[in-house]
Amino acid sequence: MAQVTMTVNGKAASGTVEGRTLLSSFLRETLDLTGTHVGCDTSQCGACVVHVDGVAVKSCTMLAAEADGADVATIEGQAAPDGTLNTIQQAFQDHHGLQCGFCTPGMVMTTAALLKDNPKPSEQEIRVHLEGNICRCTGYHNIIKAIYAASGQDVAALGAD
Amino acid sequence: MPKDGEIKSGIGASSKRREDVRFLTGNGNYTDDINIRGQAYVFFLRSDVAHGTLNSVDTSAASAMPGVVQIFTGADFEAVGGIPCGWEVTDKHGQPMQEPKHPVLAHGKVRHVGEPIAAVVADSLEQARDAAEAIEVDISELPAVINMKDAFKEGATKVHDDLTSNLCYDWGFVEENKGAVEEAFKNAHHVTTLELVNNRLVANPMEPRVAIGDYARSDEQHTLYTTSQNPHVIRLLMGAFVLGIPEHKLRVVAPDVGGGFGTKIFHYQEEAFCTFAAKACNRPVKWTSSRSEAFMSDAHGRDHVTTIQLALDKDNNFTALRTDTLANMGAYLSTFASSVPTWLHGTLMAGNYKTPLIYVNVKAMFTNTVPVDAYRGAGRPEATYQIERVIDMAARELGADPVALRRQNYVTEFPYATPVAVEYDTGDYHATMDKLEEIADFTGFEARRKESEAKGKWRGLGINNYIEACGIAPSNLVGQLGARAGLYDAATVRVNATGSISVMVGAHSHGQGHETAFPQVVADMIGIDESQIDIVHGDTSKIPFGMGTYGSRSLAVCGSAMVRATEKIIAKAKKIAAHLLEASDTDIELKDGMFSVAGTDKSVAWGDVTLAAYVPHNYPLEEIEPGLEETAFYDPSNFTYPAGAYACEVEVDPDTGKVTIERFAAADDFGNVINPMIVSGQVHGGIAQGVGQALLEGCSYDEESGQLLTGSYMDYAMPRADDLPFYSVDHSCQTPCTHNPLGVKGCGEAGAIGSPPSVVNAVIDALNSGGKKVAHIDMPLTPDRVWNAINNA
Repeated sequence: MAQVTMTVNGKAASGTVEGRTLLSSFLRETLDLTGTHVGCDTSQCGACVVHVDGVAVKSCTMLAAEADGADVATIEGQAAPDGTLNTIQQAFQDHHGLQCGFCTPGMVMTTAALLKDNPKPSEQEIRVHLEGNICRCTGYHNIIKAIYAASGQDVAALGAD
Repeated sequence: MPKDGEIKSGIGASSKRREDVRFLTGNGNYTDDINIRGQAYVFFLRSDVAHGTLNSVDTSAASAMPGVVQIFTGADFEAVGGIPCGWEVTDKHGQPMQEPKHPVLAHGKVRHVGEPIAAVVADSLEQARDAAEAIEVDISELPAVINMKDAFKEGATKVHDDLTSNLCYDWGFVEENKGAVEEAFKNAHHVTTLELVNNRLVANPMEPRVAIGDYARSDEQHTLYTTSQNPHVIRLLMGAFVLGIPEHKLRVVAPDVGGGFGTKIFHYQEEAFCTFAAKACNRPVKWTSSRSEAFMSDAHGRDHVTTIQLALDKDNNFTALRTDTLANMGAYLSTFASSVPTWLHGTLMAGNYKTPLIYVNVKAMFTNTVPVDAYRGAGRPEATYQIERVIDMAARELGADPVALRRQNYVTEFPYATPVAVEYDTGDYHATMDKLEEIADFTGFEARRKESEAKGKWRGLGINNYIEACGIAPSNLVGQLGARAGLYDAATVRVNATGSISVMVGAHSHGQGHETAFPQVVADMIGIDESQIDIVHGDTSKIPFGMGTYGSRSLAVCGSAMVRATEKIIAKAKKIAAHLLEASDTDIELKDGMFSVAGTDKSVAWGDVTLAAYVPHNYPLEEIEPGLEETAFYDPSNFTYPAGAYACEVEVDPDTGKVTIERFAAADDFGNVINPMIVSGQVHGGIAQGVGQALLEGCSYDEESGQLLTGSYMDYAMPRADDLPFYSVDHSCQTPCTHNPLGVKGCGEAGAIGSPPSVVNAVIDALNSGGKKVAHIDMPLTPDRVWNAINNA
């Protein structure tokens, strides 16, 4: 067992973990941050995406011990303290970019990483960037629109209904 | 008709989804997010062989491992019932289907890879998993029977020793028509024959299944938290048939559920186990499926092997259709497994066409595979795929235009009694095809084909119709057909003193947006703001006995119950208003939340009436009770029949066989639409799953060993964003359902039903445009299969 300490959504967090404890488990079980979801065990689905030191990572594929000392951002820290949705979250609601909501935290965190690196992505760049995030509900149509809108581009230009 | 977005609230408005806020902020409450103080964790030791005799399960060493609370084996469940099947199918000789016991934990034999053999309950999941590795299982492996044709052979290895064969049932429908159908084929001008496979799929909702059992000795109360589409169905099946727990001592909670697509309808062993073990261990017991477990324990879908034949006369009228199907049940009968290839499939074999004579034969087979049950569409995609592929093939053989051939044979007069026992109440198939021609831009296709050819690609256009039976289902009808439950639904409308409303519904929302769409209906009926109304679902201790969400039934059945309950509320409120206004209740009108006396300026507001109901100081107590709460149960008098026309355009790379979806259009008739935004979203998702089936997805077993080859997302191809295009969807063709109060038909499954044939038809069209005389390729149309078809043509 080892003690790990990290900053999560701007607050100090610590706990005792086994060497094999995954970051996703630490967030969900120890810190009770259950917005980070686990949808597969092969690092494909992306429901568990969080940011570690500003980089999008699949938290089911990183040990909690590896994140010792890191700055971690999860879905719980994305909205303003008064609950106001951030631009990406609001775009997902406006464009019906979610249905069951299970993949959504990972989608939002992946989108944040995309727009940081590529503030005005094309439709194709968005589709390729979502290669590691699976949604079973939406057929991606409205997710693409939401991300395009979140980047400040005119959704009408996509030619999608 | 108003355009999308023109209506701002109530019925027809694209109200934004209120549930999104919690999902977008990480505040959803999915079952795995629930932790109960003192809970233990269960890990299931699952069979790694497909078929074998279970000689012994030695748990002695494992029981001594750290943190182990208790280890259970099949012997612990001998006294309880098996997991029940909810539908008894009668075969063509009038005999009931063969129905083996489906034990909670394997006993005596294992019959598929993934079947649970033992369950370790421990203080932590890691301890449970570690201890499971120390269990010694002695299995004598037996030959596995995987392929249905092998399972059907004389002398085949039997999955169940106590059954006469691997045949669950041999179903003929309509048996009395068989002779006339054969006669029609003898007299046919042309017969098209197609052998096809409807590939086995895994539903794969993104949230894996979870079950938490809890038991309070103080009041003998069991609680099961579970990832279910229908908590009351689980309470009924598990309480009555498996564990013998009376309803008032069993609460089932299905909180936020991360997608279902059918596979979370069914009652599973893990639910029964956690409920049982919580009492046995006197601790809450939690199980969370891994994705790998999901692949080998969630019920799979489809898996039919079919020969279909279409007979036409010299004028290209369809004169008869017959189909022979082998349907895989897997190793045991899952909850609705038996109904899928029969009543949800055979009754749809008329499609959108007035074919006068139809005969359907289905042989359901047991194999050493995971049980197969309903997956989005359930039987109707299998019917649609056959019909729409064989029509396309007939058009190609006859040199007929595939659209014209379909149009010529459409049902055009309603109601229409099909030769397969259902009556379509309404529809307009020409209208949806007209709309499709417009939104899919048929006229521009040839130009686009030339552009593709200039790039060295072959372009194809595939179209199809579909019809489905939704709003499941009239209880008296399905009872005659073997259903062991009623299929009504229920809603309780509780108006609070200040006029806000809680609606408790039997339907369950796991992505469909009920929390937004259902209030739109009640708001419209009363004339108050949607935000005044909340929906409560997913907890048997709070909601009336409704049957849940599947078969595109929520609004058509549960929504109708909600309308009926709201009508009762309005009727009572009018009496209260009449008293307050000193008028006759027959003169009271309700508009925009105001009760007024017709022809006068006297009125009283909704909130004043509701307050009077709960503070009955000035109130006709001798005539009506205080309070304002009503329940209605609604049992539909018929199915609903959503229908539509779909078009897919593909490009095929002749060098690699890779298929790219270039365009996809769907023109649906869902009857009236409550929230167009949500309806479009349902169609998008359905199309993606249908395209997934057509191009990517295929659950595969090694036929020798019975090992599951597609056991994770590394080897089961789920559609990604870059596999799919934007879709053009339209639901402006509306022939409202004639028999439910909202005129709605259901939209949840249409996309998955309607899309696979158009994709395959498009690929066949593309290959033929490239000079390759390919008649058919089985799904999924992977590059490998398409390349081989091209190069073997």
